[in-house]
Amino acid sequence: MIRLGAAIVSVTLLLAAFGPWVTPYDPSRQELALRLARPSLAHPFGIDELGRDILSRVLAGARISLLVGLTVVSVSAAVGLALGLVGGYFGGLLDEVIGRVVDVLLAFPGILLAIALVAVLGPSLVNVVLALSVIGWVGYARLVRGQVLRIRELEHVQAARALGARAPRVLLRHVLPGTLPSVLVQATLGMASAVIAEAALSFLGLGVQPPTPSWGTMLNGGRTHLLDAPHLTVFPGLAIAVLVLALNFLGDGLRDAIDPRRERR
Amino acid sequence: MARYLVRRLLLTVPVLVGVATLVFSLIHLVPGDPAQAMLGEGASPQDIAALRTRLGLDRPLVVQYGGFIAGLARGDLGVSLRTNEPVTSAIAERMPATFELAFAAMVLAVAFAIPLGIVSAVRHRTRVDHAAMTLALVGISIPNFWLGPLLAIVFAVELGWLPVSGRGTLAHLMLPAVTLAAALAAILARMTRASLLEELSELYVLAARARGTSRQRAVLRHAFRNSLIPVVTIIGLQFGAVLTGAIITETIFAWPGVGRLLIQSISFRDYPLVQGCILLIAATYVAMNLLTDLLYGVLDPRIRYE
Repeated sequence: MIRLGAAIVSVTLLLAAFGPWVTPYDPSRQELALRLARPSLAHPFGIDELGRDILSRVLAGARISLLVGLTVVSVSAAVGLALGLVGGYFGGLLDEVIGRVVDVLLAFPGILLAIALVAVLGPSLVNVVLALSVIGWVGYARLVRGQVLRIRELEHVQAARALGARAPRVLLRHVLPGTLPSVLVQATLGMASAVIAEAALSFLGLGVQPPTPSWGTMLNGGRTHLLDAPHLTVFPGLAIAVLVLALNFLGDGLRDAIDPRRERR
Repeated sequence: MARYLVRRLLLTVPVLVGVATLVFSLIHLVPGDPAQAMLGEGASPQDIAALRTRLGLDRPLVVQYGGFIAGLARGDLGVSLRTNEPVTSAIAERMPATFELAFAAMVLAVAFAIPLGIVSAVRHRTRVDHAAMTLALVGISIPNFWLGPLLAIVFAVELGWLPVSGRGTLAHLMLPAVTLAAALAAILARMTRASLLEELSELYVLAARARGTSRQRAVLRHAFRNSLIPVVTIIGLQFGAVLTGAIITETIFAWPGVGRLLIQSISFRDYPLVQGCILLIAATYVAMNLLTDLLYGVLDPRIRYE
């Protein structure tokens, strides 16, 4: 499953990178005469309500999804790693403050806080990334803090400290590497969550705004045509489900590889 | 137990104050003047000034915050800008619909997931197990904002069996509840399987079998009961995900709950109502987490509250 996941994610990355060269049509080109046309050989995913080729828009939407996913995961992981390392290693007041902020942010389920933030900041791609990063770092901080509490008591870390290594060196050279495998798994699964969250916000009209092709925005557009043109809903949703499934396969596989006891269960 | 209860309740207070503070600050994150943003570009300076006074935005921040917290304590969350209705009554009117949907989704998820998890654990590493867990992973990966419209296409548009929107009868509840239940069922099935596998490898299960207990009884009466603790935790913790999922599900199926009210309030820039809905969902989630924690001790007498 991990190979299948990795293959699908790689293909999506390639399609996103080379999208403008592989899309059969310009994603914003309109052929109003073909409005809502069903899938055909010329347009395998059909045509949307404004006469645009859905396959081209799904391929262009992959760029938005992956861009949001990668940015949110990078920002969240960097902030969460830094705060988790510092809080877990030094403890004290700083750890308490981080812990309380984490508690408050965790009191908001799922993407509720992101919805709230985008509602007040206004719908845009940048605000979606900002809102998802504000809630995203919490999971990494908690995970890393827990790992640091364990790793800092290990013999090689104690030895480094006994030899006089300064805290930044101990953290970066001896503690940080031990946390990275778990962070990698969290990042892969977090990427799946970010892709779904971006699409959900765009679906609710709070994310990427038309005419930019985003899978969530396309699904939102398809809602008014469920009766006469279900293909508007089927293909963008399929793209989200396949990418998210692949990321989950990859994340699950990586987790099993890191902790082989899990796999035996 | 009583000491733990008081301590756990007291620990919830700072979290709730933090949540309230964050919700209060939302309106101040609006770029530019919030009153201008709510009324739109064409509003006159007099209207903007009147709204600022009405919302108390012309008062010092500390006074505004004090007023907000005092209002919260009285159950007064202000007035909707669009309908002039008190926020608390607007939310109270919609709450039964949201809880009805959330409860139905949770019942459906539990009814489907627990048998699936048990079968998967008992038939560990067989085709049945692989198929069940692949199904669960698919369930986690399918977003509810896609599953909902797909179910509507099949069961409402093509087959005409169920209504596509509204509330009132059991038929109206079916599609939204299944949409909301899918991801939860998938997570619960995985959790039930993992937890039961853990218990099945324990010596007491082997001992029960050695005493001549049937395999079915050893699984259901001994291992399954003990495997329920993490499953109950997940059910409690996932209630938040169900509430958030309800925002999307209610929007898809025009279900008249708090989630739909939130999205409508956002589109009308009715910030007092937005604040109220968010506060209610977050507070319900905190309360559910507290309840889950307290249930631990009831389910597992080995857990002692020190």
